[in-house]
Amino acid sequence: MKDKKKAFERAVHGVFLILGLTSVCCVLLITVYLIISGIPAIHEIGLIEFLFGTTWASTAAEPAYGILPFILTSVYGTAGAIVIGVPIGFMAAVYLAKVAPPKVKTVMESAVSLLAGIPSVVYGLVGMLVLVPGIRKMFHVPDGASLLAAIIVLAVMILPSIIKVSVTALEAVPKEYEDASLALGATPVETCFRVSVPAAKSGIAAAVVLGVGRAIGEAMAVMMVSGNAANMPSLFQSVRFLTTAVASEMSYAAGLQREALFSIALVLFLFIMLINATLNFFLKRSKEG
Amino acid sequence: MKKIISLLVVGVMAVAMLAGCGVTNSGGRVSTDGSTSMEKVIGALGESFMAENKNVTFTYNPTGSGSGIKAVLEGRCDIGLSSRSLKDEEKAQGLKETILAYDGIAIIVSPANPVSDLSLEQIAAIYTGEITNWQDVGGNDASIVLIGREAGSGTRDGFESITDTVDACQYRQELTSTGDVITTVSQNPDAIGYASLASVKDSVKMLSVGDVTPSEGTVKDGSYVIQRPFVLVTKDGTALSETAQKFFDYITSEAAADIISAAGAVAAN
Repeated sequence: MKDKKKAFERAVHGVFLILGLTSVCCVLLITVYLIISGIPAIHEIGLIEFLFGTTWASTAAEPAYGILPFILTSVYGTAGAIVIGVPIGFMAAVYLAKVAPPKVKTVMESAVSLLAGIPSVVYGLVGMLVLVPGIRKMFHVPDGASLLAAIIVLAVMILPSIIKVSVTALEAVPKEYEDASLALGATPVETCFRVSVPAAKSGIAAAVVLGVGRAIGEAMAVMMVSGNAANMPSLFQSVRFLTTAVASEMSYAAGLQREALFSIALVLFLFIMLINATLNFFLKRSKEG
Repeated sequence: MKKIISLLVVGVMAVAMLAGCGVTNSGGRVSTDGSTSMEKVIGALGESFMAENKNVTFTYNPTGSGSGIKAVLEGRCDIGLSSRSLKDEEKAQGLKETILAYDGIAIIVSPANPVSDLSLEQIAAIYTGEITNWQDVGGNDASIVLIGREAGSGTRDGFESITDTVDACQYRQELTSTGDVITTVSQNPDAIGYASLASVKDSVKMLSVGDVTPSEGTVKDGSYVIQRPFVLVTKDGTALSETAQKFFDYITSEAAADIISAAGAVAAN
């Protein structure tokens, strides 16, 4: 009887192990595949020319494969989204965690969850039909599809992750800290910004990094609002991100062009790994702190 | 009673005939290779051919016009597909072109734009950035916003080769589908774009080119110049396989014209 139970236990353990390994295998498979298919083109084009070339003309008679415009666009776009999204998200989180009455908090939190659940193509569609013409009229530029449109869409898209993680971090601050601060005569606002926020800073940093990760990996929504011309980034210019560079040419690409797209994906992958490593670093610190 | 019997007989005969068709074609294969722009047309034709001839396998390899022509030369496929006419040197290598259909590329602007006609030279000058203001072509004082397709698109390839602007277009936006181009152009009164004639909707205005309005008729008689042929490429002097010949005859017959126009092109026959 006991042996039977043991065997069953072992079998269940085995099943769990296999299921657990599935995701690990997927990651390994993708990593290996990306590296294998991404390296040859970089080798052929030359690493410096690939990373720092400023012209991308993959189908021209004399093709040029420089992805600096894409890298800079992705960096600027993400940075812009952070500059707009983090203050809004952070303040919203402070309000939700420390100030809001319970009823308001419930409503707002479900709204934030809903925002997180909206598919990116919907963000793109609304951006394309409302934001792009809006920018065109507001700034009197010939065309609204630009880096700015992408930044605004990304800023809205990263709000939920920033708010949610920051709220969790702020709520985890022990009540005693705040009580002590209030007892010493600090006002609630002072308590909030001098005690709670510093205590939760690792968690908030993790929220920001998470937002960066979401922004840099987004393809669909930015493809619909950014115009996709391979220009060097400028606020009102049509730009192409690392993600959209892959997505917009994949279906037609052949030969070296196709391999170069894999190389772009590899660069993007490295960026995201870097961001994940940063995230882990902050999360670890927030646990220890 | 008699009626029912005769109906039954006719039914049985019809089935027998269809079955007969199937038998004569059992195991037949037609392979096509080439232009990605022809995907819709050749796909629809292939499907209906397979539906009418059971057991026939139709394959289409979307590799682009250039490699389709090469594939015929090297005997890797029965029929090559090209969305441009053959060059003289290609004909010299023993290739024969049969025009299957014509595809018009419409130049579109927003309905709010007062411009309604441009010459081919003006279009080329606009797309290469020589003309940047609508004023220069009789419109409002506003910058022209160039909307195009992504590199590799068949429509872009067709447009750029006809207007002689290959690799020279200063696109403001490179969109990945015909629908995106139409939506974007309809939203911006200063935008100009190009799209396959069959896909153009009422939300945008089609420009006439050199005073010729794009339509099925003007594409067919050749007076609308921004058009390209869909060409079937075969080897001159080499007979096609029985099935391939049957497919060739089928798609160039009048019966196939409806399928071709349903797929958005203008049938040549």
